[in-house]
Amino acid sequence: MSETEKHILDVKNLVVRYETEDGIVRAINGIDIQLGYKQTLGLVGETGAGKTTAALSILRLVPSPPGVVECDLLHIDGLDILSLPDHKMEEVRGKEVSMIFQDPMTVLNPVFTVGEQIAESLEIHEHLSHKDALQRAESMLELVGIPGSRANEYPHQFSGGMKQRVVIAIALACSPKLLIADEPTTALDVTIQAQVLELMSQLKDKYDTSMIMITHDLGIVAEVCDKVAVMYAGRIVEQGLLEDVFNHTLHPYTEGLFNSLPNVKNRTAMLKPIRGLMPDPTNLPSGCAFAPRCNYATEACLGEPPALRAVSDTHSVACAAYNTPGFHIEKGRDA
Amino acid sequence: MADTILEVRNLKKYFKTARGMLHAVDDISFTLERGKTLGLVGESGCGKSTTGRSILRLIEPSAGEVLFDGTDICKLSSGEMRKKRKDMQIIFQDPFSSLDPKKTVNQIISEPIRENRILTKKHAIEEKVLELMETVGLAERLINSYPHELDGGRRQRIGIARALAMQPKLIVCDEPVSALDVSIQAQILNLLKTLQEKMGLTYIFITHDLSVVNHFSNDIAVMYLGQIVEKAPAEELFANPIHPYTKALLSAIPVPDLSEKRQRISLKGEITSPINLPDACRFANRCFDCQDGCREGIPQLREVTPNHFVACFLHG
Repeated sequence: MSETEKHILDVKNLVVRYETEDGIVRAINGIDIQLGYKQTLGLVGETGAGKTTAALSILRLVPSPPGVVECDLLHIDGLDILSLPDHKMEEVRGKEVSMIFQDPMTVLNPVFTVGEQIAESLEIHEHLSHKDALQRAESMLELVGIPGSRANEYPHQFSGGMKQRVVIAIALACSPKLLIADEPTTALDVTIQAQVLELMSQLKDKYDTSMIMITHDLGIVAEVCDKVAVMYAGRIVEQGLLEDVFNHTLHPYTEGLFNSLPNVKNRTAMLKPIRGLMPDPTNLPSGCAFAPRCNYATEACLGEPPALRAVSDTHSVACAAYNTPGFHIEKGRDA
Repeated sequence: MADTILEVRNLKKYFKTARGMLHAVDDISFTLERGKTLGLVGESGCGKSTTGRSILRLIEPSAGEVLFDGTDICKLSSGEMRKKRKDMQIIFQDPFSSLDPKKTVNQIISEPIRENRILTKKHAIEEKVLELMETVGLAERLINSYPHELDGGRRQRIGIARALAMQPKLIVCDEPVSALDVSIQAQILNLLKTLQEKMGLTYIFITHDLSVVNHFSNDIAVMYLGQIVEKAPAEELFANPIHPYTKALLSAIPVPDLSEKRQRISLKGEITSPINLPDACRFANRCFDCQDGCREGIPQLREVTPNHFVACFLHG
């Protein structure tokens, strides 16, 4: 048994840069992702952290040029994605791996009925006849809680939450092994978000799908994920089980994210935002990218970007401060 | 006697559409004390932004009274209204589209000052602009920058400086942090809070994010299809929600805390169309507690415990 077969997704040292006229945008600077079967990984970070680029590079969808993707290893279910010719890659997308995008309003094609859009991937990947595919599409709609009779309607006849359900139906039509959801509920209202998240976790259990959930909302992570990876400026700065990252936070940036959230229990407290801004990805600092905003930063942080180090079997952090014995962050949230 | 700055009575805003009358705001009343914050919460299409804009008469209300410092501003002529607006400002949601891309930071912030002839001397205006920029935490060197050169957080600071230029008493904040990342969101929320304490500002804080509104508001009003369904002091509302919609809304917030496992109330269906509404409780179709009587007439807002108002047939 080779090691890769234990993981649905195995990524080693992924680097993505966009070579533009204005300079080289360093979007991803060496990340490793290992995702076990039936697990859900939450990829958390703010705008520009590289979450979406990471997802796109797994599907080989980074536009090139200007995008340049380098990677030591990229296996999905044991399949070496990097060496696949383009037409084979098309068979992987939608069949082995599906993606749900943020904005259901722009993903759906306005001139085709939703039934036809679900049927399309069934015809391509499962080689069903048009008629059979349309029938399956109807049952997929039922599955996501939309009456099958509405398969003949067009996207504009559905509300935002319903459209996202249609997108989920498309993504799951060929029962993919891995589902990548990029901020699937950000465009939705909170009660509809709750419905969609519930639906997604039901379907995930039903089909034994593994999932990467990209989000900026730590609340959603707490609800649907098993593991978390926190990204900052194209690197994973902390990763571990939910319990590790939420209750035994190690990285100062993760701490900053938690402190920025309004606390329901102590409503009068001032928020403790992270000062400053995310660095410009065309001009990253030479050391730790978070150092200029970090309250714990020392000289030691300015040299080399810190590597992820394991602190337990499940939990790792990339922070030079932990070289000092006895170092710990404050994380005043639960106090 | 409470120091009331704003009293809204039976405010309505209907829009004529091809399919019938759209009830965007339907008979809303509330009062707001000076120096306090009222949070207006609800999902898209519930009429919270229309309410905010009708109060400033940026949209002409269809009916009702808006008493600002005792004067009904709905009766003011456009000239008088113009003067009154100095006291009532608004901060918009989207810091990308609410700033003129062809104007510099200086021009954007100084526009209301020049327009209302608060200051006329060029260097006095510039001094004022710099003072405002300092107040909202914008570096002096940015004075000649254009909005596209700045990030979302800084742009929102420009919007706030522009609103403050008139030394207003009331500011309607319409989703001021929804477009921002959490770490930046916290910076802006802290700024708004500090400004309120320093200048004695009164806020109407419109948002769909319940954790933000809880952090920020004294009172919270929950809206559904153009009506206030529940209004109470923030702590009370979070501790003892009464209206079924409020309960569902609160239970739907994802909480970033593993120790908290809550019972989620799932709502059926989605918000119904606000056009040609029936004479029934507007939430009845999605309500998990709906009884036969709920479809007969519209429930009125009633005080069930001191300062806690609910519009539900099953309570009060």
